[in-house]
Amino acid sequence: MEIRVGMGSCGMAAGAKKTWDTLSELCQGKANISLLQVGCNGMCFAEPLVEVIDGDGKSYLYGRVDEKAAAEIFAQHITDGIVLEKYLVSEEELAFLTKQTRIALRNCGIIDPENIEHYVARGGYAGLKKALSFADKSEIIEMVKTAGLRGRGGAGFPTWFKWQAAKNSRGDEKYIVCNADEGDPGAFMDRSLLEGDPHTVIEGMIIAGVAIGAREGIFYVRAEYPVAIKRLEIAIRQAEEAGFLGEHILGTDFSFSLRIKAGAGAFVCGEETALLASLEGERGMPRLKPPFPAERGYWQKPSNINNVETYANVPWILANGGEAYAAMGTEKSKGTKVFALAGKIKRGGLVEVPMGITLRQVVFDIGGGIQGDKAIKGVQMGGPSGGCIPESLLDTPIDYDSIMKTGAIMGSGGMIVMDETTCMVNMAQFFMDFTQKESCGKCTHCRIGTTRMLEILERIVTGDGKEGDIELLEELASAIKDGALCGLGNSAPNPVLSTIRYFREEYEAHIQAKTCPAKQCKDLLTYEIKQDKCTGCTLCALKCPVNAISGEKKQPHMINQDVCTKCGNCYTVCRFGAVEVK
Amino acid sequence: MMVCQCKKGTCAAAGSGLDLAPVAEIVAQYGKEPGSLITVLQKTQDIYGYLPAAALSLISTETGIRLAKIMGVASFYTQFRLKPVGKYLIMLCQGTACHVNGSKDIEAAIEEELQIHDGETTADNLFTLNNVACLGCCSLAPVMMINGETYGRLTGAKAKEILRELRKKEEAEGVE
Repeated sequence: MEIRVGMGSCGMAAGAKKTWDTLSELCQGKANISLLQVGCNGMCFAEPLVEVIDGDGKSYLYGRVDEKAAAEIFAQHITDGIVLEKYLVSEEELAFLTKQTRIALRNCGIIDPENIEHYVARGGYAGLKKALSFADKSEIIEMVKTAGLRGRGGAGFPTWFKWQAAKNSRGDEKYIVCNADEGDPGAFMDRSLLEGDPHTVIEGMIIAGVAIGAREGIFYVRAEYPVAIKRLEIAIRQAEEAGFLGEHILGTDFSFSLRIKAGAGAFVCGEETALLASLEGERGMPRLKPPFPAERGYWQKPSNINNVETYANVPWILANGGEAYAAMGTEKSKGTKVFALAGKIKRGGLVEVPMGITLRQVVFDIGGGIQGDKAIKGVQMGGPSGGCIPESLLDTPIDYDSIMKTGAIMGSGGMIVMDETTCMVNMAQFFMDFTQKESCGKCTHCRIGTTRMLEILERIVTGDGKEGDIELLEELASAIKDGALCGLGNSAPNPVLSTIRYFREEYEAHIQAKTCPAKQCKDLLTYEIKQDKCTGCTLCALKCPVNAISGEKKQPHMINQDVCTKCGNCYTVCRFGAVEVK
Repeated sequence: MMVCQCKKGTCAAAGSGLDLAPVAEIVAQYGKEPGSLITVLQKTQDIYGYLPAAALSLISTETGIRLAKIMGVASFYTQFRLKPVGKYLIMLCQGTACHVNGSKDIEAAIEEELQIHDGETTADNLFTLNNVACLGCCSLAPVMMINGETYGRLTGAKAKEILRELRKKEEAEGVE
């Protein structure tokens, strides 16, 4: 019997450590039970997760397993074979998993990421063996080309093209770099992959090394991901011991080593030239391209930089062939894409789907729809460089080009679902605040332009918006797009432009009527007590931090609008629905 | 204890009372490799919880990298802090998912409980509040991390309770 406990960062945040401690204590001395810690299977909404696989190989997935539930499951299911229905993840919730196609995530939640034997048992390192067996190593690049794999970091550049360019560059010293500096605030695909299946990324990088003739690879990982870094360290050590890394890999002439560098927190380091500057210990500021990193990269040597998910697909492509990969997806966007589904969604987590399925399918069929069955307003894709796709376009197929046409971008995979209570002007302000802080300051248009755009958005949400502000935002946006050097700057205005495009009336309501239709912008709200509903319980008056509420006991209360700070406490505490927000 | 590196008593370490011996060790271990400045700064911050001016001076003299450049790098990245932090560092996630799910309300609750704002430390040096971009636990939003431990699905009341528990624990240890 096997028991798997989901121990990704998300699982641990939900309390999986306590679940694990309970089970490992109970399992002690039981030779017939193997207790495994696995990465996240993506069902973050039901964590902590425990999967029990009985002697016949039948699997039972338990969700929301705290210490008490873990003890119960042990006493009944594991000891006596009685399945505990009440903790089982429901059929409906299981649709979250069954409607996916998992290539990059194929091992996540199934294997122990700290045990290389598990990875090998599931076909791991077979792709590398195949790559090394080719007499002509250019066959590797051909396979990746046939697969149609495009960069999963966001821009969607053909992977084979980058590899070919790095291979063609002169020089004996070349580098493979993995961009694991997942900077989109609202995305966690890379973290989950590195935590759940580090070997697939390592294998992908070694294969890239074979293809372009590099001897060294570097992981650039966010320092905020300590679990991912720890598991990578273990995985690299195990791969070295198993002979997949080091000198004369698997008895061939090929040698390759890997090391980890922790990033220090800068969104702009997702841009490859900025990332290289950071790897060299400098301020992470982008430079003009060309020369591209494939010609002059790390320490001016030819370097290939890909994102975590891009590398994670490579071993599967090598093992199964480029055609098998290209059979999934659309004509121009092949294969699958991993998304981090979050926000106002019922079932948030990690989702891998074939390209070409629609946003609506992801949000409703897989994600189960909106929390509290509220109306969906839109989906934000591509984070601070992307845009909001409104409800009317939810039938857009997910592929690089279709998403681009909506004004958003595929991005690295952040997919934030927004409902009727999300204010789109506030969202635009949120992203602009982020890019303004993260602008490295090199280009004037980006440094000053984002600051000015943020100021305008701030005055709109606080009720000081003026006629002409929308046009001014559009003008600044186009100047920034033209005047900035790198992808961060070029794309910084996108969230504003896409919200203006689809939700212009919300901007107008803020500017002209000084109201926030989503009732989120505090300065534009008025709290009033409905006299017919108020029972005079005095709770709101007690909770008001500024004593703005007055009234006799058992008599309807009133809010003094001159004193009210619009904190919303009264609205939250009222048990009779008597407080109204206007 | 290593007090002054410049041996003239004019450097920042003079009279600061900070034990800089570990910094010299870090530089000896990592500093020789080109491009290792960020690693050296990270290891230094691991020890002190921030980057003391005296430590930066020492790194400069030991590595030959100009202090201005070191400051340039230290101030560029959000991970580096130039001021000491409290015993508990609260990293409050302000990522997109947390924002949509009300991280501003959590921030307000923490501010009310501790009477500090983003980047500040409580008078008793127990808590520091730092807003961070994203902790990558988006489906448990809103989220905060305190000294490496993540707390998800927060409400204002839950956040306050977590802080009170920590304070209670500290007070109990103080009595012993």
